[in-house]
Amino acid sequence: MMKKILSSNKKLKRICFCLILTMFLSLTLSSCNQKSESKTKKTTFSNSITVLNYGKYIDENMIKKFEKETGIHVKYEEYESPEEMYTKYKSGSINYDIICTSEYIIQKLMSENEIKKTDFTTLKNYHNIDPKILEINRSFDRKNEYALPYFYGTLGILYDKTKVSSKDVQSWDCLWNKKYNNEIIMENSVRDTFAAALKKLNYSINDTNKKHLEKALYILERQKKHVYAYMVDETADEMIAGNAKLALCYSGEAATAMDSKESLAYSIPKEGSNVWVDSWFIPKSCKNEKNAMMFLDFICREDVATANFDYVYYASPILPVVKKQPKDVLNNEAVFPSKETLKNCEIFTMQDQKTTNYYSDLWMKLKAY
Amino acid sequence: MKNFKKQLLAGPYLLWMIGFIILPMLLVVYYAFFSNHQFTLDNVMAITSEVNFKAILLSLKVGILSTLICLLLSYPLALILKNINFKNQSFIVFLFMLPMWMNFMLRILAWKILLSKNGILNTFLYNINLPKIQILNTSGAIIFGMVYDYLPFMLLPIYNSMAHVKKDYIEAAQDLGASKIRILFQIIIPLTMSGIVSGIVMVFVPTLTSFAISELLGGGKVLLIGNVIEHNFMQGMRWGIGSGLSFVLMVFVFISMILSSKFGEEEKGGTGIL
Amino acid sequence: MIKKLLSNLYLVIIFLFLYLPLFVLMTLSFNNSKSKVLWGGFTLKWYSRCFKSETIMNAFMTTIQVTLLAAIFSTILGTVAAIGISSMKKRSKTIYLGATNIPLLNADIVTGISMMLLFVKFTNLSFVTVLIAHITFNIPYVILNVLPKIQQANKYTYEAALDLGASPLYAFYKVTWPEIRSGVFSGFLMAVTMSLDDFSITYFTKGPGINTLSTMLYTELRKGIKPELYALSTILFFTVFILLLIINIKNNKKQHRR
Repeated sequence: MMKKILSSNKKLKRICFCLILTMFLSLTLSSCNQKSESKTKKTTFSNSITVLNYGKYIDENMIKKFEKETGIHVKYEEYESPEEMYTKYKSGSINYDIICTSEYIIQKLMSENEIKKTDFTTLKNYHNIDPKILEINRSFDRKNEYALPYFYGTLGILYDKTKVSSKDVQSWDCLWNKKYNNEIIMENSVRDTFAAALKKLNYSINDTNKKHLEKALYILERQKKHVYAYMVDETADEMIAGNAKLALCYSGEAATAMDSKESLAYSIPKEGSNVWVDSWFIPKSCKNEKNAMMFLDFICREDVATANFDYVYYASPILPVVKKQPKDVLNNEAVFPSKETLKNCEIFTMQDQKTTNYYSDLWMKLKAY
Repeated sequence: MKNFKKQLLAGPYLLWMIGFIILPMLLVVYYAFFSNHQFTLDNVMAITSEVNFKAILLSLKVGILSTLICLLLSYPLALILKNINFKNQSFIVFLFMLPMWMNFMLRILAWKILLSKNGILNTFLYNINLPKIQILNTSGAIIFGMVYDYLPFMLLPIYNSMAHVKKDYIEAAQDLGASKIRILFQIIIPLTMSGIVSGIVMVFVPTLTSFAISELLGGGKVLLIGNVIEHNFMQGMRWGIGSGLSFVLMVFVFISMILSSKFGEEEKGGTGIL
Repeated sequence: MIKKLLSNLYLVIIFLFLYLPLFVLMTLSFNNSKSKVLWGGFTLKWYSRCFKSETIMNAFMTTIQVTLLAAIFSTILGTVAAIGISSMKKRSKTIYLGATNIPLLNADIVTGISMMLLFVKFTNLSFVTVLIAHITFNIPYVILNVLPKIQQANKYTYEAALDLGASPLYAFYKVTWPEIRSGVFSGFLMAVTMSLDDFSITYFTKGPGINTLSTMLYTELRKGIKPELYALSTILFFTVFILLLIINIKNNKKQHRR
């Protein structure tokens, strides 16, 4: 196809040639630069771990720090939605050593016997973890031997105070209000978007009744033409740029946005919402359990957890980090959910494969609508 | 004997071909037609389901429209570029090809910034008291992005085939009193048909099957067949349906290839498709 | 006159369409504010951040490594194969070329997925799988560039060289090579171009922590836009542009001498 393009153009050939020359040059140059680095890399290459985590969910300097301190090379991979993570893991195409994800996926993997039982109490920094959060995790991981909490938070609405009345955001209905045509951002993730719809209809976010789900799909389809976009990690940027007035988003994303734009605020509607705990777990595919444990211990260390907290801005289950925070941060609902909020929120529960497929079908229907 | 020895040179490639071209294709076909070791047509027939059918229709619409727009934009451009009387003609031509060398993701990024709701374009329109346009996150934006991305791929083959048209033909036609329009339709276009066909193929196939552009410019609101396939593989864990749809796509592409190569073959001197 | 004006106007419009977005990226790369609309003063900090960013630099290095290795391998394999194919009978030749055409004609996404299915079935995804995938879709371009040159070449000179006592390798180097050199070269260049530009196939076959520029940009863009990327695009653009300029000036000098 391209034959004509290149073969008939001598000049293009010459350009290519120069390009390649420069590439060779830069290669050799950079290899000179990296010589010292590559030496350490080579020796440690066998000594590595493969980490899978959400996008924008760790301070990347901490990865470098971990590599420096331990000499373990980190292969770091990111994903956008929990369903994507599940597929990435299950396809078996990559042997992950350690994965961070949402509790309902962990539950599912537990039921499929994909997670290694781990004694987290052997971690030096285990005592740093808030027992309250371990308690939440116990709802699916009775002995806290499968999942180690990393961050937790809620699902709510990020809005612009100057353009949306705070009364409106007390209810999920605002996301369906025609007033906000083309000013709404929804989550590009099945369960979160459906959670909002189910809550608006006063169902549980874990409802599996097909009629209820179809109703939820129906209202989401009606909503689609008023939606500006379905996004995950871009939401904060778009809200700061003022491209939308309302966004369904996670608490930490909201807190980050609120930090750089004062007129933004976060609200959890009265109907209740979802509280989630993202945790690390060691999958069956893990080949370097020792390294994985070292990584976990590192993550739970105070200074590392603080750096990650400052970067990610979700509620940290590491107690020393929480203690250090000033009052206004502790009282910020978008960072640390209050007790009342937590009471009013449900945790996602696992779905069997049939329901997962059904959800996936509904999601595609919504996208194609 | 000598010939046989020479033929052996193709041996390594034969192994490579079987391992990395034929075998993967067979795997796609296997996943498409067998589930749990039993023959099934469900995966291929999945294309008729409401969602997938909508997606492929939309993909066809987007693909055909972007190809058409590319053609309509680049044909006159090629004509002008060919006839331009400038000291440095080749330089001008290259200016028009240059964006092709930029990574296509970066070109998409540029449009995303320009078109966003409170972006540069809309701020500009607002300042001269014109209504804002809301194009980002619609299929319009996707067509826009595709035209931008693939315009050079249409322009280059057309320009190349135009460069081969001899001036004598045109002058002869002029001498015989043909009008300019007639020269265009009866001489230039038929003579550049091979370039047109290869341009169409080079633009149509990627625009029909793309999933990255729609993901980045569509705001998650536009579902093309490429997105469906990607979703089935990377998120839904449904390789059967994904393979079934890939198979359908493969058939689509091959049919359009056969059609276009038939079209091009009427021209002597090679089509440039291959 | 009007016609000329119109055609010039058309040129300018298309030119703007092509370059305005790039120009915007370049301007933003010097913008001291993170805003995409407001000008916050001149800065070079995005450039230094771009060079310091490990994500960007790693992706850059991986791109170069994959591109060069894949191009070299596929050129060797493809050239050797082309020599073999050229001496075949018509039937096996058609079969060979037919199979060669598959990755050329197929949609990228289908090629990528088929390779992914293969790799997942037999091994793990890694740097090597990306390399294999790139070599596979590069080989056809090499073959299609080299084959016509071999067929144009005079068969008898090679055989004459053999009869006169040259070893096959020596005869190849002295007789065949000069005739097919340009074909091999343009095949190599096309392999480089295709590798540099590929997204879909890499996306489906890449291992953990491995990113080429295209896949890196895809994940980064979905996380929100970082100003470092403006700097990156400006650098890439000017590299190509300056190369073009140098060549053009050289060519002009040559023409003047004539």
